[in-house]
Amino acid sequence: MSNDKPLTFGQGVRAGLPFVLVIGPFGLLFGVVGSEAGLDLAQVMTMTFLVIAGAAQFAAVQQMVDNAPVIMVLVTSLAVNLRMAMYSASMVPHLGEAPLWKRALVAHFLVDQTAVLGIERFESRADAPLHEKLAFFFGVALVIAPFWYAATLAGAVVGSRIPESFALDFAVPITFLAMIAPMVKSLAHLAAAITSVVLALLLAWMPYGSGLLLAALAAMTVGSLVEVARTRGGTA
Amino acid sequence: MIQFSDPRIWLVIVLLGAGTFLIRFSFLGLIGNRDLPGWLLRALRFTPVAIIPGLAAPLVLWPAATGGDPDPARLSAASVTIAVGLLTKNVLAAIVGGAGTLYLMLWLVG
Repeated sequence: MSNDKPLTFGQGVRAGLPFVLVIGPFGLLFGVVGSEAGLDLAQVMTMTFLVIAGAAQFAAVQQMVDNAPVIMVLVTSLAVNLRMAMYSASMVPHLGEAPLWKRALVAHFLVDQTAVLGIERFESRADAPLHEKLAFFFGVALVIAPFWYAATLAGAVVGSRIPESFALDFAVPITFLAMIAPMVKSLAHLAAAITSVVLALLLAWMPYGSGLLLAALAAMTVGSLVEVARTRGGTA
Repeated sequence: MIQFSDPRIWLVIVLLGAGTFLIRFSFLGLIGNRDLPGWLLRALRFTPVAIIPGLAAPLVLWPAATGGDPDPARLSAASVTIAVGLLTKNVLAAIVGGAGTLYLMLWLVG
């Protein structure tokens, strides 16, 4: 019964375009921080091409700077990306019928922006055929990903020429806080964030970032429990 | 600076890429059209707010650039970043606010 226009690649491009304003500076910063930390151009660019996830990339670089063992670097950075399993699950009802290679391609480009825009559009246009949904998704992806790559490249190229007086050491924590503050949308999120901070500081003596993992598990539990308690309280 | 040998850096990059792909591919590719248990979906939604603040906190309180001593410029910059991020819900505005505060404070305090 919908009289909406079909979903197209061009609509995806237009929907993705505003996010360029966030991705550009952010990719630039990763290029700068990665090369300042001692990664060469090929390493910065390979990571950015394969991972396409700012928070995990910053986390990996920080853990390597802290000289954590490889396994802890991976566990911490991959844990940051676990939310993408949720994106993957939410794409299944819409794109699950596509051939395997297309689903693999969707998975590669399943970043925060493509997932959020995709979920929002697919849910309002659940009746749209598979090829239209794929066209929209790749429209968003083809704005987001190349911008991320280009911005990282620009940052990596200028990165090593930035003088120490710019206090770039603090770019990473500022970026982390700037990413996370807008995500604190409820009391449950706030409780999780505070638990994470307090326990991470208290457990900082534990070796190789294992304190951070305990803090994160506790914070996820606290967040979930607060959310459940508030939902029950609201409906009771 | 990263002290890792080159092969170790490459190992991290490749495994991080592969692991991230597997997470993204999980339901679309391998597990299929099956519903996740509610508690797991709920917990997954909290992963960023559960990890990133804990990762940032020691960097803010004990910055390596000052030898681990708390530093007024960096503490103010972090506070402004959080406040702007909470108020505007805008990542870029928060970064600009935090960086501006950091430079202003470093210039004022030295």
